[in-house]
Amino acid sequence: MNSTLRIILLFILILFLQVFILNNINFLGYINPYLYIAFVFYYPLKEKRFTILFLSFLLGLLVDFFSDSGGIHAFSLLTIAYLRVFFIKLYFKKVPVDYPFFKLKAEPFGKVFNYVVTLTLIHHFILFSFSNFSIQNFTDVLSNTLFSGIFTLILFFLSSYIFIKEE
Amino acid sequence: MQQIIYFFQKFKYFLFYLFLTILSFVFTFTNLNFHKSKFVNSANSITGGLYTQISNISEYLSLKEENKRLSEENTRLKNQIEKTTLRLSSDSIVIDSSKYHQKYTFTNAKIIKNDFTKAFNFLTINRGKKDGITKEMAVINSLGIIGITDNTSNSYARVQSILNKNSKINARLKGNTSYFGTLEWDGNKYTTVQLYDIPRQAPLKIGDTIETGGKSTIFPEGIPIGTISKLYKGTTANNKMDVKLFNDMSNLGYVKVVKSLDKKEIQSLEITKDE
Repeated sequence: MNSTLRIILLFILILFLQVFILNNINFLGYINPYLYIAFVFYYPLKEKRFTILFLSFLLGLLVDFFSDSGGIHAFSLLTIAYLRVFFIKLYFKKVPVDYPFFKLKAEPFGKVFNYVVTLTLIHHFILFSFSNFSIQNFTDVLSNTLFSGIFTLILFFLSSYIFIKEE
Repeated sequence: MQQIIYFFQKFKYFLFYLFLTILSFVFTFTNLNFHKSKFVNSANSITGGLYTQISNISEYLSLKEENKRLSEENTRLKNQIEKTTLRLSSDSIVIDSSKYHQKYTFTNAKIIKNDFTKAFNFLTINRGKKDGITKEMAVINSLGIIGITDNTSNSYARVQSILNKNSKINARLKGNTSYFGTLEWDGNKYTTVQLYDIPRQAPLKIGDTIETGGKSTIFPEGIPIGTISKLYKGTTANNKMDVKLFNDMSNLGYVKVVKSLDKKEIQSLEITKDE
C-alpha cells in the first residue's frame, strides 16, 4: 500500500513538474529537459510488466494532453518502458529472481550511467523524430536529441543525488 | 489451439506494447490533421482549467509589455479615427446605411498556454463554444496575426499557431500592388516565417511589409504580418522569401478572435457539386 501511494504521488508530481515548469524552460530558445522519463527509471522492477507499460503510456499521454502533441510522448515513454528490462539484463546482468531486490541506487554508478544514458537517448530520439515528422531538418532532430538529452541527464543525476536518500 | 494460447502467453507484453503503440500512433496522426484532431488536445476543461490557474500567476510578469502594447494600439486607433473624421468632414461623404455591412466581429481572449519551440505548435485560449468561438476563426493581436482556432471545448479553444508546419495563410504585399502568396513555416526559427508563390514580376525589396490578403474567409484583409528579411534569388519554382514577424511569438498575452460573418455565404458559393 505504501509503495502504491508513493508511485501515485511520484506520477502526479513528475507530470506537473514536466508540464508546468520544465516545458517552459526553453533554454537558448529551444532546449527543454524531459525529466518525466525518470518515472520509468524509478518504477520498481517486477516480473509482471503490464502496470508499468500502462502507467508509462498514461503518463506520456497526459504530457501530450498538456503540450498538444498527439501521442508522441506516450509512444516514446512506452517504448523505453518496454525496452527497460532488456537493458537491465544487458547492463546489470539480472535474472527475474533478482527483480524484487533491484534498486538503481544500490548499483555501481558506471552501470547506472550507461543504462540511463541509453534509455534517455532512445526516448529523445523517438520523441524528436516524431515531433519533427519529416526527413527534412534531420540534423535538428539529432542536435535536439543531443542537447536536450544532456540537459535531461544533468537534471536527472543532480536530482537523484539530492533527493534520493542513501539506504 | 494450444499453440495460439502459448503464443499469446509468450508474447503478451509485446502484444500489449503493440496495442498501446498503435493507439498512440492514432493520436499522433489525428493530431496532425487539422480537421480531425478531436481527442488529445489542451482545450478540455481539466488542462484548460489548470493552465488558467498558472497563467493567472505568470501574467503579472508580462504586465509591462502588455500595457505598452495596449497603449500603442490605442494611439494607433485614435490616429485612425482622427484621419477618418477629417476626411468625412471635409469631403462630406454620405454613409449609406443600406450599403454599410459589418463583416467581422471581434472577441477578446487570453492566451493561457503558448508553444513556439516545436515543429507543430499550438496555443490555448480561454474562450470557447460558450463565447461563440468555433473552428477556423482567425486569432490576431495588435501587432499581427497569431493563428487559427482548430478545436473548441465549452470554455477553451486550441489555436493552430502560424508557427505550425501545417499552417497555410494567404498573404500579400502591402501597398498598391495586389500580388499574393502563401505564408508557411519551415519549423526553424520562431521569429521568421516563409512566404511562397509570390509572382516573379512583383517588385520585392528587403523591408517590404507583408499583410494578410483577404483571399480566405478566415482572416480579414490587411492584418499586418511582418517584413521581408531575406530574398532567395535564383530560379526556384516557388519563389521563397523569409518574413520577419512583427509579433514576438514567445511573448503573447491578450489576443482577439475574429469571427467572419460572411463565411457561410462565401463557402456556400464556393462549394459546387461535381458534374
